[in-house]
Amino acid sequence: MSSFISFLINGISLGSVYAIIALGYTMVYGIAKMLNFAHGDIIMVGGYVVFVATSMYGLPGWLAIICSIVVCTVLGMTIERIAYKPLRGASSLSVLITAIGVSYFLQNAALIIFGADTKSFNSVVNLPSIKLMGGKIVISDETLVTILTCVLVMVLLTTFINKTKTGQAMLAVSADKGAATLMGINVNRTIAITFAIGSGLAAIAGVLLCSSYPVLSSTTGSMPGIKAFTAAVFGGIGSIPGAMIGGILLGIIENLSKAYISSQLSDPIVFGILIILLLFKPSGLMGKQIQEKV
Amino acid sequence: MEDILSVKDLNVYYGVIHAIKNVSFHVGKGEIVTLIGANGAGKTTTLQTITGLIPAKSGEVDYEGKNILKVPGYKLVSQGIAHVPEGRRVFSDLTVYQNLMLGAYTRNDKEGVENDLQMVYERFPRLLERREQRTGTLSGGEQQMLAMGRALMSKPRLLLMDEPSMGLSPIYVNEIFEIIKKINSDGVTVLLVEQNAKKALSIANRAYVLETGKIVLEGDAKELMEDPKVKSAYLSE
Repeated sequence: MSSFISFLINGISLGSVYAIIALGYTMVYGIAKMLNFAHGDIIMVGGYVVFVATSMYGLPGWLAIICSIVVCTVLGMTIERIAYKPLRGASSLSVLITAIGVSYFLQNAALIIFGADTKSFNSVVNLPSIKLMGGKIVISDETLVTILTCVLVMVLLTTFINKTKTGQAMLAVSADKGAATLMGINVNRTIAITFAIGSGLAAIAGVLLCSSYPVLSSTTGSMPGIKAFTAAVFGGIGSIPGAMIGGILLGIIENLSKAYISSQLSDPIVFGILIILLLFKPSGLMGKQIQEKV
Repeated sequence: MEDILSVKDLNVYYGVIHAIKNVSFHVGKGEIVTLIGANGAGKTTTLQTITGLIPAKSGEVDYEGKNILKVPGYKLVSQGIAHVPEGRRVFSDLTVYQNLMLGAYTRNDKEGVENDLQMVYERFPRLLERREQRTGTLSGGEQQMLAMGRALMSKPRLLLMDEPSMGLSPIYVNEIFEIIKKINSDGVTVLLVEQNAKKALSIANRAYVLETGKIVLEGDAKELMEDPKVKSAYLSE
């Protein structure tokens, strides 16, 4: 029983990282109607920034995290400006291929700058771990901080979207760009802000991920990126609560199947469940049912 | 009368299709002017070009004395132009209240916005009743009222309306046209695009008839109503 609970808590923690990444995917998809496959690689950049700031410049962890968020936010907006904005109105396939190109560009740039050997990452979270049930369950500080961060991100993001003008403008742009323009909303600016938020979240995810799994290489972001994308589709792409639920469920399923079935089979199980879900509910758990007009 | 809007030699293309051909017209301050014409005549395209949703090939659109053809669409709202689009295009996942507040997106005068919100609720009591309701659940007529209320929230001096009667029951059509008259008598200039020519001519001061991208007739709305060509082409029942 106690081992089940610790597997579950670790699953929620892993899922929290997926959820934070999935939020970036889902927000960008909702507003720009594109799949930003370079999103996972922003995580890797976020990890490297923290690595450089702490190991090479000796900055304290919190300052390194702020640096990482700033760098990733600027990077996300730059990518949008240079690579995606000129393709507004182009076919979605062109945008998709461009996103894959950006992804390879980031990975190879990291490879050139930092080399091919993996770096060991010092966790930026240094708190005592928590013991429950007389020491049978140990929750590491990283696990706890990851889960709490995820809750905080969700609360802040929901408040931002529902209570601020910019948040409402994001909803308007995601529903109908033309009508949003008629409200006086600058659609391009709103899309840029969305990329900024998504990339800032990816930086946070990068720090959390590298703190829990302390290795860093140029492909660190790919697999979590794909998993988080799966989580976003699982929850219903475009839906913010969907990304959250999808991410956490995915983390739990992955961790429990690693623990009780087979660590090699965990990925096939995760993707298998996704396929089955999509067969019965093509728009995902929380996704909008698309009504076809007759 | 001073013109609030004047369009000169406007040309718009969709690819190789010449959709708007040398269209010129003007709207005087305080008027209701209507563009009437059949489906595909270019009425909607004309409005969308004015508010920057579609780029023009050549021509001029002067609003309050300035050429606005190259001004990005989103900047026109704060300059006093509101556009109620064809098919209403309300944000159906948001509440009535959220839709109305998006109409006031460019404004920063909190008190003025609050006053205008009350004004819109007075003008459209049904929106007040349904203010917390998701817009997708509203009837077509209610959505049209919301689209109009949303446009009024930007405090426009010029209101462009595209087919407000489309798909509405006759009772709603009468109500909507009464409201347009009232909005106009409160000092808002109205440029109205309609397929329901009879209704549009009955409230307008002047009218233009568009046929396949060209203006073929223009004049006083009352006189056009009696024009034999207009009668046979647009007013036959």
